[in-house]
Amino acid sequence: MHELGIAQNILDIVRQAVPENLAPDIRKIRIRVGQFAGVIPESLDFCFGVMAEESGMKQAALLIEEVPTACRCRDCGREFTLKEWVFLCPHCGGANLEVTSGKELEVVDIELVDHGGEAS
Amino acid sequence: MSIITVERKVLEKNDQIAERNRRFFRDRGIFVLNLVSSPGAGKTSILERTFERMRDSCRMAVIEGDVQTDLDAQRVAEYQVPVVQIVTMGGCHLEAGLVADAMGKMDLDGTDLLFIENVGNLVCPSGYDLGEDLKVVVLSTTEGDDKPLKYPAMFRNASVLIINKTDLIPYVNCRLDVLRDNALKINPDLRIFEVSCQTGAGIDAWCEWLGGKGARGQ
Repeated sequence: MHELGIAQNILDIVRQAVPENLAPDIRKIRIRVGQFAGVIPESLDFCFGVMAEESGMKQAALLIEEVPTACRCRDCGREFTLKEWVFLCPHCGGANLEVTSGKELEVVDIELVDHGGEAS
Repeated sequence: MSIITVERKVLEKNDQIAERNRRFFRDRGIFVLNLVSSPGAGKTSILERTFERMRDSCRMAVIEGDVQTDLDAQRVAEYQVPVVQIVTMGGCHLEAGLVADAMGKMDLDGTDLLFIENVGNLVCPSGYDLGEDLKVVVLSTTEGDDKPLKYPAMFRNASVLIINKTDLIPYVNCRLDVLRDNALKINPDLRIFEVSCQTGAGIDAWCEWLGGKGARGQ
């Protein structure tokens, strides 16, 4: 259950990016979660929901973009998405792979409703 | 609606502290291993066998991480190895800041090898850099040969796999060749040691590698 700690880190980053008086205006926080980041999106969403409410961001929802694990084969140079957890190049069988994506755990951006109006 | 672009890593604070820890270790020539496994796989037992073999040739220290109790630190202290216990009070993994706090409580000058024994958990510790040189994942035969496939991130991020409790092979449903094969599918670069802390089998090979240039050349 380290998703609770991760939700806390996300809120810390949001607090640093958004002035305190605008916190209630936050509607969406977009984050990027790699398939290989060891985070369960549903669990993170649940933890975030509980903590956001306590942090004065009652209407903030987490928008989770899941990133598949992709590799580049250093032997044949081809790139591919990992279907199962077998780290072998499906083209040449090489094991010398560079993981190019799938480890992401990042706050991308924050969406706020403009002051003075409930824009859609 | 207005958008504020952030583009920041969620674990950036942990990563910054881990990098600071790493610089501290490098400056003092301390080689650091982060031991991870499920609970009961035998991390502390492997440390005990390692102390027995290496305490005359190498100065070692340990940072212990557990959810509760200092039972593991007591076991380590019996070997006169300096140890600090971190009790996470429910936390499922160690973070770089906790390790930095523990480092402040011990005199690491002159230490050759520092073992950080993580909280028993095959999921959460894989994402947290502590500033170690390499991760060592311990898997016992009683857990079954399919675990590398079920917990791929841990096996992908580790440099070394120690398969423990090989003496129990006749009694458990674990095929060593299948286990090795599954681990290497996830991480073809994994260095594998097969040991039994009960009989002492395989401990010499592990300690020879650990004390030699092999480990540092990873």
